[in-house]
Amino acid sequence: MDFSLSEEQRLLAESVARFLEKEYPFEKRRALIASELGFSRDVWRQFAELGWLGIGSPEEAGGLGGGAVESAIVMEGIGRHLVVEPYFSTVILGAGLLRQAGPKLAPLLAELGEGRLMLALAHTEPKARFDLAHVETRAERAGGSFKLSGHKAVVLGAASADHLIVSARTSGAVAEAAGITLFLVPKSAGGLSLLPYRTACGQRAAEVKLAGVVVEAGQILGALDGAAVLLERTAEEALVALAAEAVGAMAALLAMTREYLKTRKQFGVPIGSFQVLQHRLVDMFMAHELARSTSEAAARVLGDAASLAADRARMAAAAKVQAGRAGRLVGQEAVQLHGGMGMTDELAVGHYFKRLTMIDAMFGNADHHQRRFAELEAAPA
Amino acid sequence: MRVQLDSAHTAFRDEVRRFLDASVPRDIRDKVEAGKRLGKEDHVVWQRILHRKGWLAPGWPVEHGGTGWGPLKRAIFEAELGATPAPPVIAFGVTMVGPVIIAFGNAAQKKRYLPRILASEDWWCQGYSEPEAGSDLAALKTRAEPEGDHYIVNGSKTWTTYAQYADMIFCLVRTAGAGKKQESISFLLIDMRSPGIAVTPIVTMDGGAEVNTVFFDDVRVPKANLIGEEGKGWTYAKYLLAHERTGIARVGLSTRLLAKLKRIAAQELSRGRPLGEDPEFRAKIAAVEIDLLALEATVLRIASTQGAGKPPGPESSILKIKGSLVQQALTELLTEAIGVYALPYQPEWFEPGWNGEPVGPDYAPSLASHYFNWRKVSIYGGSNEIQRNIIAKHMLGF
Repeated sequence: MDFSLSEEQRLLAESVARFLEKEYPFEKRRALIASELGFSRDVWRQFAELGWLGIGSPEEAGGLGGGAVESAIVMEGIGRHLVVEPYFSTVILGAGLLRQAGPKLAPLLAELGEGRLMLALAHTEPKARFDLAHVETRAERAGGSFKLSGHKAVVLGAASADHLIVSARTSGAVAEAAGITLFLVPKSAGGLSLLPYRTACGQRAAEVKLAGVVVEAGQILGALDGAAVLLERTAEEALVALAAEAVGAMAALLAMTREYLKTRKQFGVPIGSFQVLQHRLVDMFMAHELARSTSEAAARVLGDAASLAADRARMAAAAKVQAGRAGRLVGQEAVQLHGGMGMTDELAVGHYFKRLTMIDAMFGNADHHQRRFAELEAAPA
Repeated sequence: MRVQLDSAHTAFRDEVRRFLDASVPRDIRDKVEAGKRLGKEDHVVWQRILHRKGWLAPGWPVEHGGTGWGPLKRAIFEAELGATPAPPVIAFGVTMVGPVIIAFGNAAQKKRYLPRILASEDWWCQGYSEPEAGSDLAALKTRAEPEGDHYIVNGSKTWTTYAQYADMIFCLVRTAGAGKKQESISFLLIDMRSPGIAVTPIVTMDGGAEVNTVFFDDVRVPKANLIGEEGKGWTYAKYLLAHERTGIARVGLSTRLLAKLKRIAAQELSRGRPLGEDPEFRAKIAAVEIDLLALEATVLRIASTQGAGKPPGPESSILKIKGSLVQQALTELLTEAIGVYALPYQPEWFEPGWNGEPVGPDYAPSLASHYFNWRKVSIYGGSNEIQRNIIAKHMLGF
């Protein structure tokens, strides 16, 4: 058995590395995050041509038929180059939910894969913290349609999305898993308003307010009242994707810090000759290696259709815990070891540190998933 | 193992687990599970059981009694063996001097020593550290002066684990030569019954005496006991450090300690509820379990990418550091779990044959001693700081 990549996966990894290395220099990203849109539609089209937007979609929807390992390969590249295109919101979350919701959504998946459809998931709410089942937004039935009202928090990629996938309560009490329904809502729908903003890591998000937004029953994704299982499954994939992104970002920070310690001279010698700095670099390196092993193992478990649900949940949680803790250590230490230069906007170091910090805050931080890990009963080995 | 294996390796793991589980003699299993002190005989009995199955030295070449398993199967076996409540295989023969003899020994040395290691007829110990050469191992002073077809050895070795049981010791000794201090070190095999050898135990803080100082006073050692060439001992020692890279993580042992910790946490009470439900304590268990999972995934990743002829990188240092930290976290939590019953010190309880009533729960008497004793794992075999130096050298070249 080989834990390394298959031939096809290796080629994908090479193509991701090659493309981003060439087409995504840091100065280009700097210009993109200052632009009005916040990313490049041109780059997005290229992602489509490379097949990355349909990476996990079935072949009949024009996709590559990949799984969690393939997604992780792309996400690692996104982390390594701090890509700001809304790949996570449209492909990992949006396409992920469309796939979970059933085969009749294949045409939408195909559109998404061609780069003609962008999605955003409007799920979390101001009081939900990391609880997936906490949904206060209500969907009141009115004949053959629903009226949605509520407030969705920090919706990633909302402003550039064509449609929002909105979770709302069709029955049950707040924080109850049953009774949540997903609706596909055009961003232009009446009663839907956005308060867009930049995130601390240079991406785009928005607060979304729904004031009696009318949605046809045909726009429901999956089963009425039955969104919890879709959200949980998609969240697992999101955790592993974010862990892979964090691993990529950590790898980049490690390489920069290593190079800096070799070249920066003080007291007449490279600062990397000082043992106190060497050991801190080694601790960063080890944290990254352990997070990488966990992230890759989790992607394999999620990518294997025969995996048990309990193993999937625990591995995804463990990967996010390792990514969160290692990301914090590597990010903070990279800044510290770069000294004053690490504090500047000019160097990439701070930008990576900020992204790693935001990744920990997304879809549950390390403490949250450590608690979940403890609660999930271990499946017999 | 929680990290996923394919069906062929799952079947292999199950086969290994079934055999190991059925093969540990009851009395030995009881001692290990309780944390009682093991005697030489306990180790020998268990190693002979493994040898009869052909599994004592899985990493050796098949012609010398190995299994022919690849690195991944060996890592799976190591984890299962470590998780079995049985004495640890004494590494000095099987995983330390054995591979060096195989790689650098002559035909006569292979013929003499390898079968005796497998049959547990020779108990080996390691003569590396000296009172003035710890982390700076290459500063060692024990001298071997040629005299006819013998060396005359003078000096001392320390921290020598189980020297009191040993038939043989493999030593790094200073021989003739100029230049770098590493270039006059030789690798010598010495019979522990030679006249002029004296063994003095060192009592450690847990009350045990598993380490010793070994004194050499004009000890005559046949030149036939030199491994390879004079002056190449440092190279052979480094080969040894990079060999058997994955076992050092001790995933199996930590898996067993984690299960024990959960069992005890379910029985101990905190504010009237099981300690295992206490949010702070549960968080500590989960943190170390997630670290163990990461360590295990790393072992499997290294094992599956380990190719023949690939120069060893910093892998074994990573596994040594993280493995020791996980083991130490577990022994610390085990001591924390028993609360005030960490206090009673009952040295007689450790002795085989003592049938008295222990103070406190029956799982408690060994735990604090184990915690104290296990501080050694981040110190021995190249301290974690030395391991960081090794990794840094790989990364920076300084």
